[in-house]
Amino acid sequence: TTIVGVIAKDCIVLGADTRATAGPIIADKNCKKLHLISPNIWCAGAGTAADTEFVTSMISSNIELHSLYTNRKPRVVTALTMLKQHLFRYQGHIGAYLVLGGYDCKGPHLFTIAAHGSSDKLPYVALGSGSLAAISVLETKYQPDLERHEAMELVKEAIEAGIFNDLGSGSNCDLVVIDEEKATPYRGYSKPNERATKQSKYTYDRGTTAVLKEDIYKFVTVQDLDEMQVDV
Amino acid sequence: TTITALRYKDGVILAADSRTTMGAYIANRVTDKLTQLTDNIWCCRSGSAADTQTVADLLKYYLSMYRIQFGHDPSVHTAATLASEMCYQNKNMLSAGLIVAGYDEKTGGDVYSIPLGGSLHKQPLAIGGSGSAFIYGFCDANFRENMTQEEAVEFLKNAVALAMERDGSSGGTIRMVILNKDGMERKFFAIDTANPIPVFTH
Repeated sequence: TTIVGVIAKDCIVLGADTRATAGPIIADKNCKKLHLISPNIWCAGAGTAADTEFVTSMISSNIELHSLYTNRKPRVVTALTMLKQHLFRYQGHIGAYLVLGGYDCKGPHLFTIAAHGSSDKLPYVALGSGSLAAISVLETKYQPDLERHEAMELVKEAIEAGIFNDLGSGSNCDLVVIDEEKATPYRGYSKPNERATKQSKYTYDRGTTAVLKEDIYKFVTVQDLDEMQVDV
Repeated sequence: TTITALRYKDGVILAADSRTTMGAYIANRVTDKLTQLTDNIWCCRSGSAADTQTVADLLKYYLSMYRIQFGHDPSVHTAATLASEMCYQNKNMLSAGLIVAGYDEKTGGDVYSIPLGGSLHKQPLAIGGSGSAFIYGFCDANFRENMTQEEAVEFLKNAVALAMERDGSSGGTIRMVILNKDGMERKFFAIDTANPIPVFTH
């Protein structure tokens, strides 16, 4: 997996590849690794797919209840605290490595959370097996106050570095941009591995194989019954 | 990690490197290992990031509850005793080495070291983390009590810089917090800046 996040001018951009693996097998060529926590908070997940899926949906539910109870839009630090306290309680057995980003009343926020429950606050981050490829792109090209489209292109480039150079990552690049107003997901923002059209058909022409013999068997015999014989 | 704290003429100073590692990978090169517990009490964290962040968050919570219940700020001794209690009672599950330091008008500056087992040591100078092994000699040779602020900052900066040069698990930048009657001041040292890290290699 390759997942990244950057803080840009007045917005957050999160990105992910779309490859899911089961050992050496590519289990899903176009899976979703960008999870919605709340309309203004999103989370990219690496590690154990089931764990990232369930831990984010559980915190999403609790955040919804919390914001209903408090009559306020949820904050990123609230999601951070709930996630890290849950993960810490499970001592790393919940294998969720998350990039948490969002925009709340205090502006844009970006964090990473590791499976044991530790968190880091940084302006640009990368996680997953492709994080080394992705972070080298971010380390050379990131600068503060990137424009929205510049940040999207940078995140795309970082994810593609993972897609091309890491065996654990591949297929497409998904993005989500979160600003003060709303979050905009871009499913398949870039598709650098589109399946080429087949060169030719693999079907044989009719008559390629000679018919030597033809037999037709009757396996079913249909018989009309007298009405009186039918049990009701 | 390299973490340090000392008592000087007017209060206390805490200092730390900024490297966080996951195996051989540097997960964060600008980490802040100095964490605020109350207005005037801070701690240095070493060991597992998850464990020390959790302990620090809980300490913050209990100390803020203390303030509400008793109507005054907890002393540095109270904060350090609470930290030691948490580290001692949960010693089988934690790998957390802390240094708690703070300033208050009554007792002046105080530094407490809480190493792995959860014991509590009041010291004029405390060093901790994997990098501290490399600077015991430097500290023995150069530490003096009642240093001026300038002397103390220079001493800690050199100590952490020396550890960062020899310890693979330490590096990045140097962060400091100065606590005295005037409140709090933060310092930051990094290469290619106006406040560089001293270099000792020939």
